[in-house]
Amino acid sequence: MTLQEILSPRLGQALRPNVWDAVALVLVIGAMVLIVYGGEQTALPLSALDVDPVTLDPAHLPAYALRTTMRMLLAIVCSIIFTFIYAALAAKSRRAEMVLIPLLDILQSVPILGFLTFTVVFFLNLFPGQVFGAELACVFAIFTSQAWNMTFSMYQSMRNVPKDLEEASQSFHLSGWQRFWRLDVPFAMPGLIWNTMMSMSGGWFFVVASEAITVGNTTVTLPGIGSYVALAIKQQNLAAIGYALLAMFLVILAYDQLLFRPVVAWADKFRFEQTASASAPASWMLDLFRRTRALRVLTYPFAALNKAISNLHIGLPGRFKTATRRRRQPSRIVDAAWLAIVMACTGDAAWRIYRYLSATLGPSDLFSAVGYGFITLARVIVLIALATLIWVPVGVWIGLRPKLAERIQPLAQFLAAFPANLAFPVFVVMIVRYGLNTNVWLSPLMILGTQWYILFNVIAGASAFPTDLREAAGSFHLKGWRWWIKVVLPGIFPYYITGAITASGGSWNAAIVAEVASWGDTHLTASGLGAYIATATEAGDFPRVVLGIAIMCVLVTLFNRLFWRPLYAFAERRLRLG
Amino acid sequence: MPSPNAVFASADQEKPMLDQLNQASLLDIRGVCRSFPKGSGEELLVLEKVDLTLHSGEIVGLLGRSGSGKSTLLRIIAGLIAPSSGDAKCRGETIMGPPNGVSMVFQSFALFPWLTVLQNVELGLEALGIDSVERRTRALAAIDLIGLDGFESAYPKELSGGMRQRVGFARALVVHPDLLLMDEPFSALDVLTAETLRTDMVDLWIEGRLPIKSVLMVTHNIEEAVLMCDRILVFSSNPGRIAAEIRVDLPHPRNRLDPAFRQLVDSIYARMTQRAEAKTPAIEGIPGSGVGMILQHVSSNVLSGLIETLAGPPYAGHADLPVLANSLQLEADEIFHLGESLQLLRFAQLSEGDLMLTDAGKRFAHLETDARKKLFAEHLINYVPVMGLIRRVLDERPSHSAPVARFRNELEDYMAEDQADETLKTIVSWGRYAELFAYDEQAELFSLENPH
Repeated sequence: MTLQEILSPRLGQALRPNVWDAVALVLVIGAMVLIVYGGEQTALPLSALDVDPVTLDPAHLPAYALRTTMRMLLAIVCSIIFTFIYAALAAKSRRAEMVLIPLLDILQSVPILGFLTFTVVFFLNLFPGQVFGAELACVFAIFTSQAWNMTFSMYQSMRNVPKDLEEASQSFHLSGWQRFWRLDVPFAMPGLIWNTMMSMSGGWFFVVASEAITVGNTTVTLPGIGSYVALAIKQQNLAAIGYALLAMFLVILAYDQLLFRPVVAWADKFRFEQTASASAPASWMLDLFRRTRALRVLTYPFAALNKAISNLHIGLPGRFKTATRRRRQPSRIVDAAWLAIVMACTGDAAWRIYRYLSATLGPSDLFSAVGYGFITLARVIVLIALATLIWVPVGVWIGLRPKLAERIQPLAQFLAAFPANLAFPVFVVMIVRYGLNTNVWLSPLMILGTQWYILFNVIAGASAFPTDLREAAGSFHLKGWRWWIKVVLPGIFPYYITGAITASGGSWNAAIVAEVASWGDTHLTASGLGAYIATATEAGDFPRVVLGIAIMCVLVTLFNRLFWRPLYAFAERRLRLG
Repeated sequence: MPSPNAVFASADQEKPMLDQLNQASLLDIRGVCRSFPKGSGEELLVLEKVDLTLHSGEIVGLLGRSGSGKSTLLRIIAGLIAPSSGDAKCRGETIMGPPNGVSMVFQSFALFPWLTVLQNVELGLEALGIDSVERRTRALAAIDLIGLDGFESAYPKELSGGMRQRVGFARALVVHPDLLLMDEPFSALDVLTAETLRTDMVDLWIEGRLPIKSVLMVTHNIEEAVLMCDRILVFSSNPGRIAAEIRVDLPHPRNRLDPAFRQLVDSIYARMTQRAEAKTPAIEGIPGSGVGMILQHVSSNVLSGLIETLAGPPYAGHADLPVLANSLQLEADEIFHLGESLQLLRFAQLSEGDLMLTDAGKRFAHLETDARKKLFAEHLINYVPVMGLIRRVLDERPSHSAPVARFRNELEDYMAEDQADETLKTIVSWGRYAELFAYDEQAELFSLENPH
């Protein structure tokens, strides 16, 4: 009998409780207590925050970590709900799609901290004097860093549901609602989960920035890891930064082991392929759930709920209902009316924006903001180029060694979650000590978190590089630069592009944090659009914030459309292997 | 658990009311047409004035080439697409959306990979709102009947193709449909598995154990149709219409080696090639004419290989199609398709179910690579109008190059977009082989330049 067999009782043994039941019980009760505690804290009045301010005592750190974790979890739940509704609307209704998809594209390019500026005021006014309002603002900020790519992924999956399954569900009289839960959601699941994990990584980056918010003269500091880091930076407490690092490491590890790995292993069955894959993802947590009677019982209500929800008789307008009737042209009149409404709203919004901005700003503001935009654009380009030069060779080297890749891959994903703020001390101290140029030396902060996307995508690409092509290259004695140019680089290019697009988008976002760094009383500012927005936010100068965000949106969107998309299309067309 | 027979028998007793109302026919199709928009915006007719009546107790096969509209007809009956004109009635009611009492077996199985076998089978019952106890009983009975015992908790990806299609059958049967539609249900399976499934299916049918009244199946496999069906409707292509109706009165179980069986298969082969000749004498079997000819891609390697096979023993330039199809392990549909391509290029002649090499074809078989290419090019220019056109345009233009879009637009006046794509693919592949012109995929440009 192997150790494995002793440790893992088989399904369907006698009803006698086993040791795993005890472990599971403790875990579940513990989770309940923590949730209740976290919930109680949010109901307190806002003044309680001043009475019980954030301190650097490491003893409080677990509680702070818990609060942060709760916020992240809440945000991800909101993101999922948002994703289901928004993607379903866009995929099922042609008219909604016309507006919703471009909207999503723009929302994606709005800097996340830009949202924060507006929503803090809104949410604080919604629940005056309560911590709840500030909590909502923070959760909303995290939500904005997570939701968009999840929604995109879901929308794309829903548009690509295999035709035969669509016909089968029609032919078996599944209602629109049943179809959504039985076909659309399961089919979208793998992509959605992958994007949720990416979103979670991204979320950590912004949680730090969004827990300690200053907008004009409103300053709210919510207890959490983020505000702990902010305080540590203010007080120049290196030890506290270290504790925060450790806490964050543990929390991210816990999320990975307790939440994402089980979910990924469980969702393996949703992967749409007809052959069983060689190595299915594994998770000890999922095994625990599957093997422990008590925990299995806990999942029954969820399964029943899922079944009940998906079989509810709700008349959801399915696409096929109209498709099966006599083919009728979509009504031109309704289309025209819809277009007119959209145009009228757009026109009105444009007029309002113009009036609002022109009241305080002149053309010179516009020019200077655009100028800053180009400085930041230059930074992004240079940094992506540098990161490419460094990480592509490293990634290829690692990716061609499967054992090593297996270890490095999670590490890279983990590093991507680390907020730039944590590196402030190092950079600020170095810049001050050696009198370096802030415009140059603050820039690396922008790509600190996002360069890892390039690394782990390149690793993935190199791992997937077909062995026969490598062997062929070897047998033709292809070496040196010829090997790079003709063999490996084209092979990993599609993966690299995916990583680079994410990295570039992330760098724009990070600019707002990275172009303004502080350590204690030392404040360093690089000139750029990020600093422009950050400074305007701090001063509560809303027109400039709006202008800065608008320009960043335009630049990001143009950069994506004119540069990354064509490259991506090329990679998909010519260089996709297999 | 009650025996499957008992469960199905009780379900059948629920239906006599409907039967009395529609004693005459289960399915009534009158003058059904269906067209799809062409690339140029006009309509392309794929199904023309089809009449079809289906009675209780028969298996009817829709036999035809790919693109003959038989799958379109099946989807109209399944309520998945609507006819452009004409009247489609199921049990006396006009078909608007998937009708009750009709279920479908798919060529690709269409199983939900995230549901177990049992859950897949139960899915159709869930949609009908049947309570969970009865659902389970009926699903298990269907699984039992179709020979899937022991696989209830398996996921589709753990099953072989044959087992997957059994799930497809169980899922369709569990709702006790009056009419079972099958869309080439065996064509994605290997030869042996397909044969087992066919005979199992026929056995259950003649023993009266299937909870269904009629079967309508689409196939392009002539032997399969003769093996299973009571009636075969042979479709002709472009536009699809019913060209012949053949009764099969051979008793079950049928033996493929029985002379009467062979004779029937041969006569259907002959009939299908015959009509190809009769319809468009100028360009046999290839739809469309002139520049608007719809070409289906066949690799020049396959064409050369077929010519060599035909030229060599035992055929010596003359082959019986069923024999050739058998020895090459090809479906009737594929062998027709190859034969027609050869016929288009005047390398061979199709008639009465036979394929004969022309003099040019015999010459081709004995030439070296370069000479073959030259002969191929000659025939392309002479017999495929669009190739001549492209070459002429390239010769006339000073730049000796022309964008693909120029020809695509012209093609789309005659055919649907995907047909134009297929035709262009064929043009590029044949043109490259014959070294008639070069093609730059990225720029989508034809030219006379050759890389040095």
